[in-house]
Amino acid sequence: MEVFTPRTLDEALKLRAEEPDLVPIEGGTDVMVELNFDRARPRALLNLNELRELRGWSRTNGHLRLGAGLTYTEARAPDLAEQLPALAEAARTVGSPPIQNRGTLGGNLGTASPAGDSLPPLLVGDAEIELESVRGARTLPLEDFLLGPKRNALAPDELITAVRVRPRSGRQTFMKVGPRNAMVIAVVSLAVAVDREREELRAAYGSAGPVPRLVTAPVGERATFPEQVAAAASPIDDVRGTASYRRHALRVLTERALDRCLV
Amino acid sequence: MPEESRIGDPVATPPRPLELGRIGESLRRVDGIPKATGEFAYSSDLVAAGMLWGHTLRSPHAHARIQAIDVSDAVRMPGVHAVLTHEDVPGRKTYGLEFPDQPVLAIDRVRYFGEPVAIVAAEHPEQARRAAAAIRVVYDPLEPVVDSERALEQDPIHDESPTAGHGYRDDPRPNVVRTIVIRHGDPEATADVAVSGVYELGIQDQAFLGPESGLVVPDGEGGVDIYVATQWLHVDRDQVAPCLGLPTEGVRIHLAGVGGAFGGREDLSMQIHGAMLALHASRPVKMVYNREESFVGHIHRHPARIWAEHRAKTDGKLVCVRMRILLDGGAYASSSTAVTSNAASFACGPYAVENALVESTCVYTNNPPCGAMRGFGAVQTCFAAEAQMDKLSAKLGLDPVELRLRNALASGDTLPTGQKIAGSLPVAEVIRRCAAIPVPEPEPLPREAIRLPGGSGNTTRGEGVQRGVGFAVGFKNIAYSEGFDDYTAARVRLYADSAGELVAEIHSAGAEVGQGVSNVIVQVARTELELDNVVVAPHSTASVDSAGSASASRLTWMTAGAVRIACEAVREELERRGGGLEPGEEVDLERIYRHKPTSPLDPETGQITGERAHVAFACAAMRAVVEVDSDLGLARVAWIGTAQDVGKALNPQAVEGQIEGGTAQGLGLALMEEIQTRDGLIVNASFTDYLIPTALDMPPVVIELVEEAEPDAPYGVKGVGEPPTVVSTAAIVSALRAATGYELARVPVRPDDLAGL
Amino acid sequence: MRISLTLNGLERDADVWAGESLLYVLRERLGLPGAKNACEQGECGSCSVLLDGELVCACLVLAGQADGHEVVTVEGLGGSGDVHPIQDAFVQAGAVQCGFCTPGLVMATADLLSRRPNPTEDEIREALSGNLCRCTGYVKIFDAVRLAAVSTPPTVDPPGDPPVFSPPE
Repeated sequence: MEVFTPRTLDEALKLRAEEPDLVPIEGGTDVMVELNFDRARPRALLNLNELRELRGWSRTNGHLRLGAGLTYTEARAPDLAEQLPALAEAARTVGSPPIQNRGTLGGNLGTASPAGDSLPPLLVGDAEIELESVRGARTLPLEDFLLGPKRNALAPDELITAVRVRPRSGRQTFMKVGPRNAMVIAVVSLAVAVDREREELRAAYGSAGPVPRLVTAPVGERATFPEQVAAAASPIDDVRGTASYRRHALRVLTERALDRCLV
Repeated sequence: MPEESRIGDPVATPPRPLELGRIGESLRRVDGIPKATGEFAYSSDLVAAGMLWGHTLRSPHAHARIQAIDVSDAVRMPGVHAVLTHEDVPGRKTYGLEFPDQPVLAIDRVRYFGEPVAIVAAEHPEQARRAAAAIRVVYDPLEPVVDSERALEQDPIHDESPTAGHGYRDDPRPNVVRTIVIRHGDPEATADVAVSGVYELGIQDQAFLGPESGLVVPDGEGGVDIYVATQWLHVDRDQVAPCLGLPTEGVRIHLAGVGGAFGGREDLSMQIHGAMLALHASRPVKMVYNREESFVGHIHRHPARIWAEHRAKTDGKLVCVRMRILLDGGAYASSSTAVTSNAASFACGPYAVENALVESTCVYTNNPPCGAMRGFGAVQTCFAAEAQMDKLSAKLGLDPVELRLRNALASGDTLPTGQKIAGSLPVAEVIRRCAAIPVPEPEPLPREAIRLPGGSGNTTRGEGVQRGVGFAVGFKNIAYSEGFDDYTAARVRLYADSAGELVAEIHSAGAEVGQGVSNVIVQVARTELELDNVVVAPHSTASVDSAGSASASRLTWMTAGAVRIACEAVREELERRGGGLEPGEEVDLERIYRHKPTSPLDPETGQITGERAHVAFACAAMRAVVEVDSDLGLARVAWIGTAQDVGKALNPQAVEGQIEGGTAQGLGLALMEEIQTRDGLIVNASFTDYLIPTALDMPPVVIELVEEAEPDAPYGVKGVGEPPTVVSTAAIVSALRAATGYELARVPVRPDDLAGL
Repeated sequence: MRISLTLNGLERDADVWAGESLLYVLRERLGLPGAKNACEQGECGSCSVLLDGELVCACLVLAGQADGHEVVTVEGLGGSGDVHPIQDAFVQAGAVQCGFCTPGLVMATADLLSRRPNPTEDEIREALSGNLCRCTGYVKIFDAVRLAAVSTPPTVDPPGDPPVFSPPE
C-alpha cells in the first residue's frame, strides 16, 4: 500500500487522474475503520489533510460555500451555526467530540451512507456539490449526487471540493433518534426547514430509505406534512430498528419540528 | 526472560501523609498513578524480543461439519512461522471450566459462530491475518439449533450430556446441560390472588474494554510462561497443562494487567493457542483480539425465558411461587451448570416464601456460548421476580415498597432450598434505607437537550415526556456454591532491608481485574502487621497457591481472610524470634483460608444435603427515576438511589465505585445491550451496534451502605460487585413500567416497546 | 514509508507500513502503549491523543497523516515523567478501576479544561461522551474532572522541559 500526500489541490487532481484507484482519505473516520478491520485493502491512499483549499467556509453571492474539509466541530462554531442551525445540530450528534474534530462534510458526502448525518440538513439547504478534476469543475445538486446506499456520482478522477448551501430564510432544526444518548448511528433522522422566501416546508430524512430524501410542500399543507414525510420514506428492518418504528418516528419528529419552526 | 519484556513490576505503596491505608479507609488505588500516566502494562501492551504475532481462524458457521483443512498455502506465506490445527494439539484435545467439552481447535465439527479452527504465528499481525485467510477449510453446513425450547426436541449437538450420571438430576431430553428442580412446602398451595407472566432476557455481553490478549514465552525446556489477563490463574494452568501435554510445573501463569473482566475471562481465551504457537516456533508469541473477535470469542450472559406465577394473600404475603426458567447455554458448557442452579436458588427473590416450585434448565444450542457474567443467573430471575412483585402490588393495591417489606427475608429464615440464613441478610433494612433516600423533584422545562430523553438528538423539548419511579430488591450468593470448596492462599514474606526497615511483600494469585483487590491486600496487611511498607508482588502461579477466581463477589472476603491469617502467622513467628529482623533476615509463610464448607443441592428436591449450599448472601434495594418520551419510546434514567448490604466497607470509595459500575451494567441490559443473532450468527459484534452506556446515559447515583457484619467473614466483609447488577435492571424497568403503563416483559427494552408499537 | 513527527515535545521518526494507524505506530513502533486499542473504530475513545492540539482518536488517523504534525499522548501530559494534576485527580477521586479507559479520559479532560477551565456538569458529560468506561459507571469520573478543574493550574512551561501541552490560542 502507498500513501500520497499532495500539498495543493492541483497536485491532488493530477494524482487522481493518473491513478483512479486511489482512495481519498480526509478525516479517516470512515476509511480507517475499513482498513483497521481488513474490510478494504486499497492499493493506495490519497491523503487530503494538507490541502488548504478544502478547509474553511465563506459567503459568496448569498450562498455559503463550505469546504469539503470542514469538520463537524467547525460546523458547530457559532458564526456558521447561526446561519445553518440544522447542520450545526446534526454535527453535534455525530459520533463524539474526537470524531467531530476529524470527520468532514466531504467524507460524509463521499461515503454517501443513508445514515449520513450532514445529508438531511444539506438537502433542506438546497445543497449543491462542487466537484473538480483535471478536466474542470462542475456542480451537482445533492439529490443528483446521492445515487444509492454508499453510492455517489463522483467520477473516478474527481474530488469533492466544496458544498454550496443556501443560508436559512426561516427556522430549521435537526433531530436524530438513537437508542442511547451519545455515539449512535441514526435509527432515523430528520432535518426540517421553513423557507420563508418560497413559503415552503422542506424536510429531509435519514436512515429511512436507500438515500436521504427531500420532501417539500407549501406552508399551507402543514397539517398533512408529517404524513407526507412518512409516506415518502422507504425504511427497512435492520439491527438498529424496524421499518414501522421508523415511519412512526418520522411522523412524530416532523410534527414536533413544525411546532418548533413555524413559530 | 528477555530484557524487553515489560511485565507488572512489584507495586510499591508509599503511604500518603496522614493516611495509614488501613481497612475502612478509602486508600488511593496502589496501581492508580501508573494507570493514569499510561505506564501500567496491560496484557495487550506486553512486548518481548523476537516476538511473533498470533491470530485465530474462526468458523463462519454456527453449525457445520469440517470435511478438510488445507494449510498448505498459509504456511508458505511471508513471515509465517506456524500454522496449527487440532492435529497439532500436543495433549488433551478438549478443555472446559466444568466439563472438558470444548475443543482447543475444532476437530470434525464447529458448533458456534466464531469457534476457533486454526491458529497462525507470523512476524507482523497483518501477515498472520493474511495467512489465516489463506487457510482453506471445507465446511458442510448443518442446520443450527437456535431456539432453546425446540432444542429440547432436536438432535443433540454433543454426543454426551455433561451432567448425565454425575449425581445431577436426571433429564433425558436432548441438549440438556443441567436441570434443577426446587420443591419447597406445597407447590400446589393456592391463595387469594395470583399473577403470572412470561419474561425474556436477551444476551448481554461483558464488553470489558481490554481486549483478550497475552504473551507466551517458551522457556527453552519445553515449558511456557503465559502472561495473560485472566480471572483465575491456577484454573487456567490446570486446563492449559493437560492440553499441552505438560506437567503442571511446565506451565506458569502470570497475571498481566487486566482491562476489566465481569466474568468474561473465567474461560480460557488465547492461553493454549498462544502456548502452542510459542512452543512450535520456539519464539515468544503475542495474541491480541480485536473488538469484533472479542465479542465473538468469549462467553456471554445466558439469555433466558422465564414463566412465573406468584400467589399471595390480600395482605400481600407470598404464599406460593412457581417459576420455570429456561437458559440458552449456547454451544459449550462453560459454567452453565452453576448458573442454572443459581438462577433457581434466587428465583423467589429475597422474600419469605412457604411454598415454591422452581425448575431451571439450561440447554445446548448453536447460539453463542454462555457462561459467567456479573450476577450469574440471579440477574435473570430478579428481573422476572420483581416484575411479578410489581404486578402483585398493582393487583392488590399495595404500595410496592410496603409489599416487599412485608415479605422481606431476615437472618434465621429458611430459603426455598431449606438452607437457614445463618449470616446477615438485612433485606428489610436495605429496603427502608433505600426508600428513605429523598427522590429529587422533576427538573423544570425548558431544559438542555442532553437532560431530556433523546439527548443531543434533539428529539423533544418536553413533548410526550412521562416520568416514572420504580423499586426493586435483589440478592445473591457470595462465593462459590454447591460443594465447589473454593479456597484462597496468601503468602507473606517479611524481610528487613539494608537499612533495617521491615518490608512486607505479599504474594497472592488473586486477580486484580479493576475491582481493587490489590488495595484490599495492602490495607489488610498494613492493618495486621501495623506496617506501612507493604509491597504487592506480581501475581503468578509460580509463587503462591490458588486464590480462586475473581468471581462470585468472593475475592475481597477470601483474600482479606488469607492475607490476615498469613500476617497472623508471620507476627507469631516474628515474636518467637524476639520481635525484629536483621538486615537480610526474613520470615516467609503461606497460609490457606477457607470459607465454611458447602454441599450440592439434592438432585430430586433441590434441597440442601448438608448445612448449606451457599456460603453467604448479600442484598440490595434500588429506586430508579426515569423519563420516557412516550411517542418515540426513548428513555432517560434520571436518578438512582440504592442501599446495599455490604457487611463492612473495607475501602468505601472502592465500594461505591463497584456499586456505580454495577448499576451501569444493569442499566445497559435494561435499555440498550443485546448480542443479536440470526440463525446463530452474531450480527452486531462491534461497539457501533452493541451499545453500552456512555457518560450521557448514566444518572447520578445516591448510595447508602448498610454495614451489618457477616459473622464468619474477615472484618465482617461481604462481596459488593454483583448485587447492584442483580437489582438495577429490575429497578429501571419497574420505573419504565410506571412511566408508560406497559408490561415490558423483555429486556433490553426497545423504543418500539416504550412507544407501544 | 518513514514518518517524522513531534511526539510529546520530541522529534521522532518511525518506519511504518502505509496502512497502519497512528495508534499502531505509537504502541508498536514508538514505545508508547498509553493510548489503548479497545475498539479501533473510534467508538470508545480509549486511543484519544492530541493532534495539533485537537482531541482525536489515534486509531482513525493514518500514520502518514501524522507526518510533520504534533502529537501529545497520555505519557506526555505531565512532562518529564511528572504526574499531571488531571492524572492525580483521577486517582484521588476513585475514577480508576481497571484503568483501560483512563488514558483516553485523561486526554479528553485535558482537552476540555484547556477550552473550558470551569465546565458545567452538562459540558463535562458531553465532552466525555466519546469515552466508554465499563467499570466505573462514570460517576467518579465526573468527580475527577471537577477536582481537576480546581487543581489544574494554567499551563506553564518550566524552563528546560520540553513543551507538552498548551491550550489553543
